[in-house]
Amino acid sequence: MVSRTWTCLFGGVAFATAGLASLPAAAQELTIFWAEWDPANYLQELVNEYTAETGVTVTVQTTPWPDFQTKAFAEFNAHGDAYDMVVGDSQWLGAGSTGGHYVDLTGFFNEHDLGNVMAPATVEYYAEYPKGAGKYWAIPLEGDAVGWAYRKDWFEDPAEMAAFKDKYGYDLAVPETFAQLRDIAEFFHRPDESRYGVAIYTQTDYDALAMGFENSLFSYGGDLGDYATYQVDGIINSDEAIAALELYKELYGLTPPNWSNAFFQEGNQAITENLAAMSMNYFAFFPALVNSATNPNADVTGFFANPKGPGGEQFAALGGQGISIVSYSSNQEESLKFLEWFIRDDVQKRWAELGGYTCSAKVLASDEFRSATPYNEAFYQTMFIVKDFWATPEYAELLIQLNKRISNYVQSGQGTAKEALDGLAADWKATFEKYDRY
Amino acid sequence: MAVGNVAAAAANVRPSRSAASGMSDLAIRNLFIIPTVAFLIVFNIFPLLYSLGYSFTDYRASLNEPANFIGLQNYRELLADPFIWTNFAITAKYVIVSVGGQMIVGFGLAMLLNRSFRFKGLVTTLLLLPMMLSMAVVGLFWKLLYDPSWGIVNYVLAPLGLGHLDWLADPNLALYAVAITDIWMWAPFVMLLSLAGLSAVPQHLYEAAAIDRAGWWFTFTRITLPLVTPLLLIALIFRTMEAFKTFDLAFIMSGLNETELISKRLYQMAFREWQTGKSCAFAYIVLIVVVAITNIYIKYLNKAKER
Repeated sequence: MVSRTWTCLFGGVAFATAGLASLPAAAQELTIFWAEWDPANYLQELVNEYTAETGVTVTVQTTPWPDFQTKAFAEFNAHGDAYDMVVGDSQWLGAGSTGGHYVDLTGFFNEHDLGNVMAPATVEYYAEYPKGAGKYWAIPLEGDAVGWAYRKDWFEDPAEMAAFKDKYGYDLAVPETFAQLRDIAEFFHRPDESRYGVAIYTQTDYDALAMGFENSLFSYGGDLGDYATYQVDGIINSDEAIAALELYKELYGLTPPNWSNAFFQEGNQAITENLAAMSMNYFAFFPALVNSATNPNADVTGFFANPKGPGGEQFAALGGQGISIVSYSSNQEESLKFLEWFIRDDVQKRWAELGGYTCSAKVLASDEFRSATPYNEAFYQTMFIVKDFWATPEYAELLIQLNKRISNYVQSGQGTAKEALDGLAADWKATFEKYDRY
Repeated sequence: MAVGNVAAAAANVRPSRSAASGMSDLAIRNLFIIPTVAFLIVFNIFPLLYSLGYSFTDYRASLNEPANFIGLQNYRELLADPFIWTNFAITAKYVIVSVGGQMIVGFGLAMLLNRSFRFKGLVTTLLLLPMMLSMAVVGLFWKLLYDPSWGIVNYVLAPLGLGHLDWLADPNLALYAVAITDIWMWAPFVMLLSLAGLSAVPQHLYEAAAIDRAGWWFTFTRITLPLVTPLLLIALIFRTMEAFKTFDLAFIMSGLNETELISKRLYQMAFREWQTGKSCAFAYIVLIVVVAITNIYIKYLNKAKER
């Protein structure tokens, strides 16, 4: 009797299990990992529409910026499948691809002709590794670059304009060159009035200081090195690079007090709290500056692209990220379906409407996009003049070495710009030798 | 018959039971000692030995590559790196300023509290509050206090002509600013231990000194200080070890190289650069330094106890 009862019970369980297995797969769930900022919220809004369309639940999981890289790579290193996709920084491409953490998307990329669909800079920096190899590891998702916000009311004040012209001999207007930017910053730098010239990036926790310095470095005609040969000596410590670093230090002297650890939050605060005439920041943080709920000076805040250097060259530091499929995810097929949806023209347009910086060349070039906000035109122009940091697997070591050398000179006032950059060239050369790059 | 009585008595005694809990020794071993030892082995001893092994390899957790044995190369590179020595020098300066300040302020407060006055209990509790707060909260809180434009620190210092100090951005001040915060937070801990020591000093010694018309300084140096020294040394050991490992405050409060303590550099090496093998070697160097300093203190502590 007991035996029969157990047989029935096991039989029932087996039947139920087989029944469940034969049912069509239940709606899946996908998790995208990104940093905690407004674009991640916009992405969540966008993917909710994917859920409505397909029944697949997509969650955008976030973590604060300083913790983003550590948390993502801790999960990769553990071969964890907590995230199906990650919107990783452009510098991660080397570590993500060579470490086996990212799925190779070359086939997908070529099948959908994304090299032409997406803006050229976003393909080069967010997707391809090594550069020029035709191997793609991400789909450009959020385009971004560094731009500038400024106080229009300060610039357009007749008394200020007259005083500026008296002092510098030309009209006070949006700076077209770094020399003009320096003059304007100096002109408005009045600590006795709690008013300061300029707000720049200085934080050394991650890539803020590097991205800030890159803006002057690239426009001055300098570069970080030769990404194909890994040559750095004579490039990162060239005369142009030295002049660019000297300028960056000069600008640091015109920042508000306590500005040695500043990143995007402080950059926006400089405008919202009447601290500085101009503020460097990623375009992705500018929506808060045109919103009068978050910026009491929204009506008098203007925007401009990174200015030219002394030789007329004009570049800007690249921000933004591509979306990659994590190779440890058990939902890779479903993730590919999501990406197919994401690259659709109508979805890219919707992404831009929600506040995301689309990388779709067609949407970016449209009048609708370029006139949608006061800063979209500057963003559009900037996306053609961007350059990025090293994307090699050892990029984190290179970044920390740069932070140390540059911060010693800019914030701590130790040595000269040449000594700082010569030291950096030696550090980087030693690092590349350690990883057999030569 | 006699043997039978002894056996019966033994049976009554075993298993022995704790009078308070009624638990047998066996139950105590199974419920408390074995889990504790297992926990220690799994979470302390095993990772310690495992990381020691990694310290002799070129392992990087961010790459899907096996660890290669490289002998003492990580240790050699670290000890030859001038930046690492700078980190050690900064940390040593921080430990001396911070722990020195805590000892002076903590012991001073204990001396003040070691007498009867109204609301003594309330005052003592209020003084202990800082050490009950989280390090992160304290760091953020003091960042506001140090703000050069509207922070209260500069406001208070303004009458002295020091109202424009840029505490956390000035490379000459930043480390001291972090150390002052640590002193504010942990001086109460020294105060608590000192107070325990002071209240244990037998009153008849003070009475005898008073009869002999001993002065305050003589009483302090010959009675108070020698009797409190063992507890002060214990406080010194704990605070030195903690100060040597400080990470949170420096990480939150300042990004300058002048505040890059060894823990901060170790964190960068391990979790930003993912140099797993090298960071394990670095952690062992730090461990050896901390153990060496602690042993020196313990030697003095034992000497103080013998006196």
